Amino acid sequence: MSGIEELAIRLRASLGHERVVTDRQELRTYECDGLAHYKVVPALVALPQNTAQVAEVVRACADAGVPFVARGSGTGLSGGALPHADGVLIVTAQMRAIRSISPEDERAVVEPGVINLQVTRAATPHGYYYAPDPSSQQICSIGGNVAENSGGAHCLKYGFTTNHVTGLEVVTPDGAITRLGGRAPDAPGYDLLGAFVGSEGTLGVATEVTVRLTRLPESVRTLLAAFRGTDEAGAATSAIIGAGVVPAAIEMMDALAIEAAEAAVACGYPAGAGAVLIVELDGPSAEVAAQFDEVNRLCEANGAFEIRIAADDAERALFWKGRKSAFAAVGRISPDYIVQDGVIPRTALPEVLRRIDELAAAHGVRVANVFHAGDGNLHPLVLFDDAVEGQAERAEEASGAIIDLCIEYGGSITGEHGVGADKAKYMPRMFTDDDLDTMQLVRCAFDPAGIANPGKIFPTPRLCGERPGRHRGAVEYEGAEVF
Amino acid sequence: MPVLDDLARPGTDDDAVGGVPARLVAAPGSTEEAAALIAAAQDLTVVIRGAGTKIDWGVPPQALDLIIDTRRLSGVVEHAAGDLITIVRAGTPLAEIALGDQVLALDGPAGSTVGGTVAVNTSGPRRLHYGTVRDLLIGITVVRPDGKVAKSGGKVVKNVAGYDLGKLFTGSYGTLGLITECAFRLHPRPRSLAYVRAKAPAEEAARVREARVAPAAIEIDSASGELAVLVEGTPEGVRERSALLAKLLGGDVADDPPAWWGVDPWPSDGIGMKLSVPLSAVPELAAGGDPVRGSAGTGVLYAAADGITQVERLRAQCVRLGGHAVVLTAPSPVRDILDMWGPVPGLALMRRVKDQFDPGHRFAPGRFVGGI
Repeated sequence: MSGIEELAIRLRASLGHERVVTDRQELRTYECDGLAHYKVVPALVALPQNTAQVAEVVRACADAGVPFVARGSGTGLSGGALPHADGVLIVTAQMRAIRSISPEDERAVVEPGVINLQVTRAATPHGYYYAPDPSSQQICSIGGNVAENSGGAHCLKYGFTTNHVTGLEVVTPDGAITRLGGRAPDAPGYDLLGAFVGSEGTLGVATEVTVRLTRLPESVRTLLAAFRGTDEAGAATSAIIGAGVVPAAIEMMDALAIEAAEAAVACGYPAGAGAVLIVELDGPSAEVAAQFDEVNRLCEANGAFEIRIAADDAERALFWKGRKSAFAAVGRISPDYIVQDGVIPRTALPEVLRRIDELAAAHGVRVANVFHAGDGNLHPLVLFDDAVEGQAERAEEASGAIIDLCIEYGGSITGEHGVGADKAKYMPRMFTDDDLDTMQLVRCAFDPAGIANPGKIFPTPRLCGERPGRHRGAVEYEGAEVF
Repeated sequence: MPVLDDLARPGTDDDAVGGVPARLVAAPGSTEEAAALIAAAQDLTVVIRGAGTKIDWGVPPQALDLIIDTRRLSGVVEHAAGDLITIVRAGTPLAEIALGDQVLALDGPAGSTVGGTVAVNTSGPRRLHYGTVRDLLIGITVVRPDGKVAKSGGKVVKNVAGYDLGKLFTGSYGTLGLITECAFRLHPRPRSLAYVRAKAPAEEAARVREARVAPAAIEIDSASGELAVLVEGTPEGVRERSALLAKLLGGDVADDPPAWWGVDPWPSDGIGMKLSVPLSAVPELAAGGDPVRGSAGTGVLYAAADGITQVERLRAQCVRLGGHAVVLTAPSPVRDILDMWGPVPGLALMRRVKDQFDPGHRFAPGRFVGGI
């Protein structure tokens, strides 16, 4: 009997038959996450319903020396939840209880499979919400947000998942259940909570998450400003930040991204715009009123030829609809596309956008730009047609060259999608061997056997216990078909 | 060991840490020099010191061969105003970082260095609005106990590439290595600010939060029975918001904070405690009879204790309320018989982290939780 067969027997006994999947056809439905061109069919899928069952699955994996990968809703865009061909995929989707909403503590306690937006929905009647809002918030899970340290349009002002998680219950890769942080702030000892959030499933599985709830702002005001081009929109962004205003969000779309959004959701952005900015301010009415006038003025001063101010929630939703649907909308104007995620210092925006244009022209592809302009987080969408010989390769090259640009300008290879399987190869361009080695000291403390989501983040695994600087050979994804 | 010979001088009485004398003191002038020093000091036990404002915090080291003084690792490396970030060397005093119309919203005792603030994770009233070190630190350069230099994060705020070692080093009390450089997120300096001061019980903090005026700080001082709120923003906004709060609390608007604002409540030779509890438990803690002072908006308060009995009482109360109580500092007779850190969840995992970074247990030995 193979190791996996023995594991299946053990897990069926403890979880029940229906929570252990080994049927090849059924396993196939889990072969990829939101980054669909990486596909690996896992050897087994476990669907635990509670912490004890997660711990049982992880312990069984540890005993058998079998790798495991955790998966929430599978919306990740870096292949972080890409299964391991010889491993177990732990799907937390059945752990969907909101355990408590405590406005008096400004906390909610939720299971990892809870959908991001559900937390806000549950908190809103109490006058609170959960601030991190990735564009996939209607379907992505809190557990996945914890793994990826997810951001969103409003993290310019409010920060990322890591700033809003105060406690975790985790199953470490040896199967032990540990609490990190909690309802109270500043737990004594190392901030292992801070190390765990964003570790992309390589330090264990979060089984309960305590999040901070944020008071709903008294006032929210949103404007849409149309510019002739991205240079003007970029200058307006710099002027707003330079004036000491911290908007809740500043989002930019270029002409191609606008064209796609119009085709998909008819958002009715001003005709002839070479770039639009969505600027949102929130807070006490008295502050927002004063700052909104200033933002309006700065947009005009920097060449906005039309400024629309959302009169109500419906109009505000329409402004956002174009932006939030932009990734999928690009499918309307191009048969295939790559979603890139990189960060540059905000002030380098005009220069980097010009360089991206040059790169696109040189590679014979089109690039649509949608980004969180306030924090320099770019999401270039590289458009191509796989049916045309060589286009996919050229698009992949252009996409990689954009990442090199981000590094050249002192930025990052990922602002919110994570490293996952997709960008591990870029890590050595941003970090030295010693940097990566030092990060892996943490990995060795949590997972000396290297069974938690192996092959993600780090291009070269560190053999724990060995002297620094020596590595075993890089592991390729066995069975990974990349198309 | 030429580096050690070049840089180190013998320790004096003033260099003792918690009564433990230091054999040598060395002050490297760059990350590279610090790395060479640490590589040459592989047999030595080490304590890192900035301005020394919190050197008496934590448990005294079990052994002390070498103090690494960070004060020559000083200065602002970069201030990119348009990007709202700065990179500063660890030995730079917080007060000497000139950022024009921007602020690095960190608080520590007067004279504190950047490195000391990060290593001990101090925070002040403004933590309600700006967060703490973990929320502002976006990149870090460290020298590991084996002498290797490592970075994580970077100089952009939004960045999820690799593990966030900055958070691991924040509050690690020098037990994982030497911090040499930090990159921080900055905020615009508020154009206007005001304090609203009132005689009001801690319960009123909940009403301030509900008022949706986005205060930068809500502080209480149970000894005086006062509650004070800091409001920052535009002149028009601050005027309106502070007036609303003054009415709500039955207090006054002032340009200056009360004398106790952000001041540690213990005397320099006393027992100082940091208490953290869930927000809803703040009123009960404040009404418990032991005077407490601090952030009623976040649940982090401070207290002076007159002896072990009071420490134990406060700790039991905080733990019962779902929080923690740490003794930050205490005079030597008390310190020697006291559990300064109290119960620490996740300690086994913390020991494994320490073993990976500092297998010889040479950095700040015994100063941290669980004898780490």
